[in-house]
Amino acid sequence: MQTTFPRLLMKHAAERPQAPAMREKEYGIWQAHSWSSMAMLVEHITCGLHLAGLTRNAHMVVIGANRPRLYATMLAAQSLGAIPIPLYQDAVGAECVFPITNADVRLAMVEDQEQVDKLLEIRDRCPDLGTLIYDNPRGLRSYAEPGLRSLDALIEAGRSFAQSQPGFFAAQLALGQPEDVAAMFFTSGTTGNPKGVVHTHSTLIDRAQAGAEFDKLSAQEEVLAYLPPAWIGQNIFSYAQWLCCGYVVNCPEEVSTVTIDLKEVGPTYYFAPPRVFEGLLTSVMIRMEDAGRLKRSLFSFFMDVAKRVGPERMNGKPVGALQNLMYLVGDLLVYGPLRNNLGFSRVRVAYTAGEAIGPDLFTFYRSIGINLKQLYGSTETAVFVCLQPDDQARADTVGVPIRGVEIKVADNGEILVKSAGLLKEYYKNPAATAEVLTADGWYHTSDAGFIDSQGHLKIIDRVKDVGRIQGGANDGAMFAPKYVENKLKFFPFIKEAVAYGDGREKVCVMLNIDFDAVGNWAERRNLPYAGYTDLAQKTEVYQLIKECIEKVNADLSADALLAGSQVSRFLVLHKELDADDGELTRTNKVRRGFIADKYLPLIDALYLGKTAQFIETVVKFEDGRSGSVSATLKIEDANTFAAVKAAA
Amino acid sequence: MAEKKIGEVILEVNNISLSFGGIKALSDISFNVKEHEIRAIIGPNGAGKSSLLNCINGVYTPQQGAITFRGQTFTHMNSHQVAVMGVARTFQNLALFKGMSVLDNIMSGRNLKIKSNLLMQAIRIGPAEKEEFMHREAVEKIIDFLEIQAYRKTPVGQLPYGLQKRVDLGRALAMEPQVLLLDEPMAGMNVEEKQDMCRFVLDVNDEFGTTVVLIEHDMGVVMDISDRVVVLDYGKKIGDGTPEEVRNNEEVISAYLGTSH
Repeated sequence: MQTTFPRLLMKHAAERPQAPAMREKEYGIWQAHSWSSMAMLVEHITCGLHLAGLTRNAHMVVIGANRPRLYATMLAAQSLGAIPIPLYQDAVGAECVFPITNADVRLAMVEDQEQVDKLLEIRDRCPDLGTLIYDNPRGLRSYAEPGLRSLDALIEAGRSFAQSQPGFFAAQLALGQPEDVAAMFFTSGTTGNPKGVVHTHSTLIDRAQAGAEFDKLSAQEEVLAYLPPAWIGQNIFSYAQWLCCGYVVNCPEEVSTVTIDLKEVGPTYYFAPPRVFEGLLTSVMIRMEDAGRLKRSLFSFFMDVAKRVGPERMNGKPVGALQNLMYLVGDLLVYGPLRNNLGFSRVRVAYTAGEAIGPDLFTFYRSIGINLKQLYGSTETAVFVCLQPDDQARADTVGVPIRGVEIKVADNGEILVKSAGLLKEYYKNPAATAEVLTADGWYHTSDAGFIDSQGHLKIIDRVKDVGRIQGGANDGAMFAPKYVENKLKFFPFIKEAVAYGDGREKVCVMLNIDFDAVGNWAERRNLPYAGYTDLAQKTEVYQLIKECIEKVNADLSADALLAGSQVSRFLVLHKELDADDGELTRTNKVRRGFIADKYLPLIDALYLGKTAQFIETVVKFEDGRSGSVSATLKIEDANTFAAVKAAA
Repeated sequence: MAEKKIGEVILEVNNISLSFGGIKALSDISFNVKEHEIRAIIGPNGAGKSSLLNCINGVYTPQQGAITFRGQTFTHMNSHQVAVMGVARTFQNLALFKGMSVLDNIMSGRNLKIKSNLLMQAIRIGPAEKEEFMHREAVEKIIDFLEIQAYRKTPVGQLPYGLQKRVDLGRALAMEPQVLLLDEPMAGMNVEEKQDMCRFVLDVNDEFGTTVVLIEHDMGVVMDISDRVVVLDYGKKIGDGTPEEVRNNEEVISAYLGTSH
């Protein structure tokens, strides 16, 4: 089907003018915007942006949380044939300079004072950025910067323009073609400058529709938009599929109210990265620990039932009549109320992606009756490549190729993808484009993996990260750092892990403990601590972490391929890895190389066999100031196991 | 940034003296507060700052002197009357209803504005219900302003101290005051909470044009946000002027800031 996003909007506005398109919680009440009011808002912003000088094929930046007016602005830019570039709202000013200068951005629409300040701070480095439009005027009353104006004023100007030239908007829509560029997403970039991934209306719409068909999404779905709009996943779930299916997108009141809003909305279609599911489970478990004895024993009894019966039932397999009855009682007493408490009572389809999800975590949600599944895709593929069918959800695969996707595994183990949703190019970067998009039409994902016997895709690691152990007992063994890190992170006590071993004789890791989980664990053992740094260095905590590592080692030793990746030594870092310090990407992936350079003394100490090492680190606070933390870190050995030879 | 408009004198304290038995808490204090300004009262412990605020607020009655508010002169104020005139305050040792939700606490600040009587409110008939909607909306705007939406239904006693201070401010704002008296709004807060509170005080002053009189210990905060500062020491006024003037005042330096380096 060939169309554009603004035309899809007008279609809904014509067919179901009074149906709600978006809801936003404001002043404690969910306020609905109908499709017709949304269309009118878009028309006025379109005219306003035209007056502000936005032209066809020009780029504009939008920065802010999920708000109807932010999405309306993106639609308005597209209506004019211009290209919206959503940027991460928590990115620091310096990170915005490259996208703005790279795409010759002259106009930006931002949410509030915080974002205005950020752009004003970098304005001298972005000389072309002439117009700054803000949504929320709070605190901006006394600003007298040139080119700064409110969205309200822009809408007002657009409204009178639309009255004087009623045919303008429709004429602009008619000019838009499906092959036009619809949006540009800057990838977080683990190395070098970020790259602008260019998508057209047709690539995004094709994938959004393929995904919607796969899960039979309808206009009845309710979605909560709470992830950053700059991330393509959010754009697909709350924008592309919103316009394709015509369902309702709900915008939370504030970042801090998301869990409350989730309960109130009760979404039917839900997406979250594994860490969100993990956070929810941790909070449930912590609250369960504090519950009364009766509740605790009920919970543990029925969770055992759920673990045995739940996943089978979800996969549509028959379970015994007695088991079924037990599960139904459990549903009445435990799972139902729990789902309700998590805000998942109405969830029909829930996805997780972006990172590997722990098997226990994944099974937990499936066992209490939440249809949690995995998908595979990236910014470059407009998300949808592989999805898991409802009855084939598994923790260790990412699903089967869906309509319109071809998959091939290259000789080096790299996954290659062909579909109608591939990126058009990296903006102004033909060299990088040629690297990933070869002339034969295959997109090179740089993920290493294989297709298993049931036709499911399984991902091991990034191709470039898969290394070899050199020297020592495991000389030449395969080392998959992310695989090891993920296995460690599946323990609730471990928040982050960074593994090293490529070109070395053994594997060493640096860890972050999960402050909430370990803190609670320590409190229950009457173990006093002063803060993160203090807790991280407790002997008892080291013992706890060591046990986790040894379980992972035992697990790895059973895998003939990866037995050499067992962890020999470890330390717990004195500070939490943070995107503001450049240690994580904005999507919270560890930047292994950067961390290795930053903590070089620690890496040396790990490999030189020292038992402690002093380190001082500069940290950046959210307001931009910096301070330093220092500590002497313990280093300990972990037991490794002899590789179990594969029996078959 | 554009200059904000500071208006005429709105509150004037003339030759106030207050003593408790033999202890002279305040002796012969005079100063004024202009409309829309942020006026700080500083001084070492026991200098008489809270006593001065309590005199303005009508909690204490000074033995001598008078207070002029919007041209009306009073020799003693009573706290209800002060509130009706549009002066709200927050407390150094929070005086919130710990078991009540954030929403209800702030709603209690609307008390003076509610016209329907207790019985009508209790059974929620016609005008009472409509009125409640109106007040709820005003309270919601304050909740939005202070960014405490996530705690709307949380009992105040469960909140961290910094947030309780914010709720205290919210309750004072619910009165839609012309003058806001803040008794050590940043006391006991960490740096981040202090920054937040500073921003809220500046925003209240900027958005609503509310005149702010605040007592504060943190010199950095005082010098950054106030327009004019009064300095007290042992119940006497030893300095009055812009932060710059006060900082260079010899007497103030020796009494409060210590000797200069």
